[in-house]
Amino acid sequence: MQKIGVFVCWCGSNIAATVDVQAVSDALAKEPGVVFSTNYQYMCSQAGQDMIQEKIKEYGLNGVVVCSCSPRMHEATFRKTCEKAGLNAYMVEIANIREQCSWIHKDKETGTEKAIILGRAAIAKVHLNAPLTAGTSPVIKRALVIGGGIAGIQTALDIAEAGFPVDIVEKKPTIGGKMTQIDKTFPTLDCAACILTPKMVDAAQNENINIISYAEVESVKGFVGNFHVAIRKKARFVDESKCTGCGLCTEKCPQKKVPNEFNLGLDNRRAIYIPFAQAVPKVAAIDPNYCTMLKTGKCGVCSKVCTAGAIDYTQKDELLEREYGAIVAATGFEPISMEKFDEFAYSQSPDVVTSLEFERLMNAAGPTGGTLLRPSDGTHPHTLVFVQCVGSRCDGGEKGKPYCSKICCMYTAKHAMLTREKYPDTDVYVFYIDVRTPGKNFDEFYRRAVEDYGVHYVKGMVGKVVPENGKLKVQASDLLGGQQLHIDADMVVLAAAIEPDQTARPLATMLTASMDTNDFFTEAHPKLRPVESPTAGVFLSGACQGPKDIPETVAQAGAAAAKVIGLLAKDQLTCNPCVANSNELMCNGCSACEKVCPYGAITYVDKDFRGPNRTTLRRRVAQVNPAVCQGCGACTVACPSGAMDLKGFSNAQIMAEVDAICK
Amino acid sequence: MSDMTEIVKRISGVNPRKCMKCGKCSAACPAYDEMDYHPHQFVDMVENGRLEELMNSKGIYMCLSCFACMERCPRSVEPAKLIEAVRLAVVRQQDRNHLKPEQIPALLDPELPQQAITSAFRKYRK
Repeated sequence: MQKIGVFVCWCGSNIAATVDVQAVSDALAKEPGVVFSTNYQYMCSQAGQDMIQEKIKEYGLNGVVVCSCSPRMHEATFRKTCEKAGLNAYMVEIANIREQCSWIHKDKETGTEKAIILGRAAIAKVHLNAPLTAGTSPVIKRALVIGGGIAGIQTALDIAEAGFPVDIVEKKPTIGGKMTQIDKTFPTLDCAACILTPKMVDAAQNENINIISYAEVESVKGFVGNFHVAIRKKARFVDESKCTGCGLCTEKCPQKKVPNEFNLGLDNRRAIYIPFAQAVPKVAAIDPNYCTMLKTGKCGVCSKVCTAGAIDYTQKDELLEREYGAIVAATGFEPISMEKFDEFAYSQSPDVVTSLEFERLMNAAGPTGGTLLRPSDGTHPHTLVFVQCVGSRCDGGEKGKPYCSKICCMYTAKHAMLTREKYPDTDVYVFYIDVRTPGKNFDEFYRRAVEDYGVHYVKGMVGKVVPENGKLKVQASDLLGGQQLHIDADMVVLAAAIEPDQTARPLATMLTASMDTNDFFTEAHPKLRPVESPTAGVFLSGACQGPKDIPETVAQAGAAAAKVIGLLAKDQLTCNPCVANSNELMCNGCSACEKVCPYGAITYVDKDFRGPNRTTLRRRVAQVNPAVCQGCGACTVACPSGAMDLKGFSNAQIMAEVDAICK
Repeated sequence: MSDMTEIVKRISGVNPRKCMKCGKCSAACPAYDEMDYHPHQFVDMVENGRLEELMNSKGIYMCLSCFACMERCPRSVEPAKLIEAVRLAVVRQQDRNHLKPEQIPALLDPELPQQAITSAFRKYRK
């Protein structure tokens, strides 16, 4: 005989304002098996939990239904509460009368009716619940960080510092990411390379860190604590163990006309190259799209000049199979293409550049050696126009990104300030919609650009840019001055919106990690779990989760590392006991479940069964490995004979819920 | 006048609340200097119910309907549709025709875009 207790929560006014909680507890008290029913202001509070425990003992309850918020919020809380009072944790059911009821209804009568129905369904399910015991699974004490920018490097360093081995997988030939291309960093104006390259070297020298550069993740299998990852290490045609990074090959290579991606195509590199002087690992790579030897078999200059004998034209892609306990996504961002914004004449004039290109033009290691020169004719520009929010804060869809890219206000203030500092003869205009500088010492920095450096900040947007006689005719709004401005500029700099790296979407699919409509990784909770993906064992670091500047990225990278360390420090993880279970008597051995299982948890065995007239039948039946099964339920749907069932979510339980709702 | 504001919003299909006041419409407008109110102001005036001022303005007939503002607006506000709706609202007022046919020959000016006359001439009879 079931003795079920029902506890209806008000959630302050969150539920009570739209649901008559007294009516709900009264109605549910009449359900079969319910021996106690009440309501309380905050069931999750200590007083609420104490009450549940007290009633379990007082009435000898063997099932509990809590009508409250989503089980994602407090199911674990109430299960623990009941467990302490001696009830099996899986004898507790949550009826979600907040997210799925009070928050979406305005009418109290409708809300109350629905809350009663949801409560009734939960009671019907509890009737069929059985106590379950969770097993454990071991944790592989090694982490994988995908992406070797400042986010990935910082996460890896912090995990390594705690004593756990980490692999960094970086798709480019060197780690360092976008920060290597930046000239100076706001708001302190220290040089990006000066603060980043020591970290890159630290990562390379740390004995717990293994850098797998020029490589991409190809597949991910497994689950939290036990991931199996295949990594494709692309052929760089140079033996990493032999190359000393002397750079002689990169000087002698006759193929000189390769656009240099490190300088965003503003100059050229050779077909064999080291991305930049401080690259880690400092090993050359051959670009197979341009190398004459690889394309035609005639050349071989680099192998002749290499004293270390590191060149290997026959090198092939290598597939590495590794196991990890935790995975961190740190795939970063890219500026968007300026293709759709031709009103700014980006494709018509080389003097219209993006802000990242401007970084290279200002950088001492850039194509102009740090002297600001117009890309078209190499002359010194006198009038510069900076345009903010290009492709940010748009209506979405065709127009651009709906979000604020966050970093542009500050880097534009930095560019404007540095330009005025180095070249006091320049006139610098910044066209802005809003200046957004929430950050420590950020607004002071922007005000310095205006007050101390005389940058002209104009509220309004640029409408069009027309190249004419070597100048750029800029037509713009000056909303506060009430006029339309016409400026003859020498250079126009576009603060292009940023978007997640192209590799993020396929990676999210491999990791079964969720993403938002803009392809940023979704966090498990936007406020309380900002560095975890909803997929257990997957963590988020840096701009792959949303636009971020360097200080925020580093902070989040450290937070992600802390979460990884917390996971890897455990020897065992408690498994979810709600796993699939095959009824061998009903299984017909068809393999349908094995084929749909995404975790490889199902195997088939030949087993002897007793047949009629003392015969023995050998039959092929499915078996579930409960440590591997994640309880997704795919097999229960695929099974044609109804042999597969999910513990805690059995077909009978779900049908009972449906029946209760339709009653 | 508040009814008229609603009518203008309805027939134009424009929601002025989508405007983030960036001014790109006015930056793109080729007739900016001819207008007493400018594209970004049209949107603001409709949003704040200042329709009477807008309806009495000469500037609304200077809009060429070139749609540069609609093309460039990052928020898809479409100021040109709004101004067309305001012009319609004006001509639909009985006996308030902006222009009478007999006035046209004297007004013809090679500098003036044809579209402006067409817009000004639209009328509505009950």
